[in-house]
Amino acid sequence: MAEGDTTTLERPFFEAARGEADHPHSAVVRFGADAPLPLDAGGMLSPFQIAYQTYGALNAARSNAILLCHALSGDQHAANVHPVTGKPGWWETLVGPGKPIDTDRFFVIASNVLGGCLGTTGPSSTNPATGQPYGLDLPVVTIRDMVRAQSMLLDHLGIARLLAVVGGSMGGMQVLQWAASYPERVFAAMPIATAARHSAQNIAFHEVGRQAVMADPDWRAGRYLVEGTSPRRGLAVARMAAHITYMSDGSLHRKFGRRLQDRDGHTFSFDADFQVESYLRHQGEAFVDRFDANSYLYVTRAMDYFDLAADYGGVLAHAFKGSRTRFCLVSFTSDWLFTTADSRAVVHALNAAGAQVSFAEIDSDKGHDAFLLEEPEFSAITRGFIDAAARAVGVA
Amino acid sequence: MSPRDIAIHDLTMKEAARAASGKRVDLLLIADMVAPGSRVLDVGSGDGELLELLATTRGCDARGIELSREGVNAGVARGLAIIQGDADLDLADYPDGAFDYVILSQTIQATRRPKWVLEQMLRVGRRAIVSFPNFGFWRLRLDLLVNGRMPSSDNLPYSWHDTPNIHFCTIRDFVDLVGEVDARIERATALNASGYPVRVNLPWAVWNLLGEQAVFLLSRGP
Repeated sequence: MAEGDTTTLERPFFEAARGEADHPHSAVVRFGADAPLPLDAGGMLSPFQIAYQTYGALNAARSNAILLCHALSGDQHAANVHPVTGKPGWWETLVGPGKPIDTDRFFVIASNVLGGCLGTTGPSSTNPATGQPYGLDLPVVTIRDMVRAQSMLLDHLGIARLLAVVGGSMGGMQVLQWAASYPERVFAAMPIATAARHSAQNIAFHEVGRQAVMADPDWRAGRYLVEGTSPRRGLAVARMAAHITYMSDGSLHRKFGRRLQDRDGHTFSFDADFQVESYLRHQGEAFVDRFDANSYLYVTRAMDYFDLAADYGGVLAHAFKGSRTRFCLVSFTSDWLFTTADSRAVVHALNAAGAQVSFAEIDSDKGHDAFLLEEPEFSAITRGFIDAAARAVGVA
Repeated sequence: MSPRDIAIHDLTMKEAARAASGKRVDLLLIADMVAPGSRVLDVGSGDGELLELLATTRGCDARGIELSREGVNAGVARGLAIIQGDADLDLADYPDGAFDYVILSQTIQATRRPKWVLEQMLRVGRRAIVSFPNFGFWRLRLDLLVNGRMPSSDNLPYSWHDTPNIHFCTIRDFVDLVGEVDARIERATALNASGYPVRVNLPWAVWNLLGEQAVFLLSRGP
C-alpha cells in the first residue's frame, strides 16, 4: 500500500465489530437519565449501556455469583464463541462446566468494560446527542468508573454480594478496585498478574501504542468512524508492540527462535523473514479486525491513571482497611509487565491491613499472557481458592 | 531458670491417642497451646498441615508463610491462606500485634537470622510458639563422639554440605536466646525419641539430653 492511501474498509471494524458497539451479541442493560454514571473525570455519563454475558444459574440465595473482569483487549465473551472472531472465549481454560470456575455451580458474569467496543458504552458507541460515534467526545474513563458501572450492573441483576471477583492484568486492577470500593459486596477477590498502580514503564509502553494509533493519518483526530477511514496500521503497530510485552524472551525463543518464515534464507529486504515478525504482523492484523482504535486509547489511559494508593492518602493498606474480603494473588515468574514484586506490594498492604490473603507465584515461561493459558498449577490454585470460598459461604 | 519454674505441658492419654492417628505429635502439641478462635500466623507452613489442624480443630483464623513454591501452591489449592515468602525478610512487613500467635515449627534452624526472626515473631504476635530439633539430644552427642561425623537421623536426614538447616541449636542454647530477646517462657515441652513428651520435671540439662525435639510457648516481656 502506497503511503497516504486511505485504507479501504474491506473487513472493517465498521461492520461486524462496529455493529457490536451499539447492538452486541450479548445481554445489554441500558441505564437512562434516571441512572447516570458519575465519572472521575467529572460530570455524568448518561444514558449508557453495559453489555454482558452470563454462564450458569443464579441460586435461590443469590450467593453463587462470580464476576470476571477482563483485560485490555478482552471483552465479555469469556467462555463462549466470540461473535466477531469465531474463536473460543478468552478464559475457557478456567471457566466452564467442571472447570475451576465451574459454571455448573456458579453464576458467572462477564461484562465489557466502560470505554470498550463490544457493546458497553465506549468511543465507538453512538452518541445520542449527535447520532454519530462518540469518538474523542467521550470523557476519559478510569478503572474506578469501570467498576462503578459494573456495580450498577450487579444492582440490575439483583446481586448484593459476589462470591468472588476474578481478573487478570487490567482485570486484576478492577478486582482490587472492587475490593477497595465495595468491600461488603466482595466475599473473595482474586487479582492475577496485576498491580495496584501502573508503572512508569507500562505507561511508557502504552504511550508508544497510542502514538502509533494517532500517527496513522487515517485516525483523523479520532473521527475515523465518521469519515469512513480506519487507522489499521497504527493500531496494528500498537498491538504488535504490546504483544511483545505480554510474552517473555524465553517464550518467544521457544516458539520462534530465529527460524525463518516459509523461506530458506534471508531475502535481504524488509519482508517478514523471521517467524516472529510474521507472527507479530498476524497478531496486529487480527486485532484490528475486532478492536476499535479509540477504545484502545481510552482503555490504556484508564490503566495508566490507575493508582489505588493515591485515592487513599498514598497508603495502599488504607484501601483495604477493615476488609473482610479474602484475597488470593497470583503472579507468574516470567511476567515482566506485572511482576511478582507488584503482587507482593499488594500482599504487603493487605497484610498491613490485616486482611486474609494468599499469594502464589507460578513458575511459567509464558510471560504476562500465562494467566490466559493452560497452567495446571494456576488452575489448581484457582479451583482451591474458589472452592474454599464457596464452602465458607455455603454454596453447594 | 529450670523447667520446674514454668508450666510444663503434658499430653493426656486422649491426646496421645490422637497422635497415634498419624498426625505429627509436635504439631498436636503446638495446636494444643493455641487458644481456640485465635489469629495465628504459621511461619514456614509447609503444605499447610498445621494450618488445617488449627482451622479445623481449634477454629482459628490461620495464615501461613512458606518459602517453597510447591508448599504454597499445594496449600492454597486446599483453600488455605498462605503467602509465598521468606521468614528472614517478610516478617518485617506485618504490623505489630497482628496475630495472637506466631508459630515457627521445625524452621528456626533453617533461618538466616534466628534472633531477628524470634524478635519479629514476638512483635507481630502476642505469643510465639517455636518447635525445633534439639542438637543436644544424647544420641546426636553420642554420634559425634563415637563416629566423629556430623550427626544425621530420621528427623535430620541431610548431609552437612547440603542442608537447609544452617543454625542448629540445643534446648539450652534456645533458652539463652529467649533471654536475649527478653521473652518469657510460658510453657515448654521436650519430646523424646519416640515422639512423646519427656514427662518428668527435670533440669534443662536433662531435657537437653533426653529431648529429641522441643516446643516452647513464649510471650513478650521478661
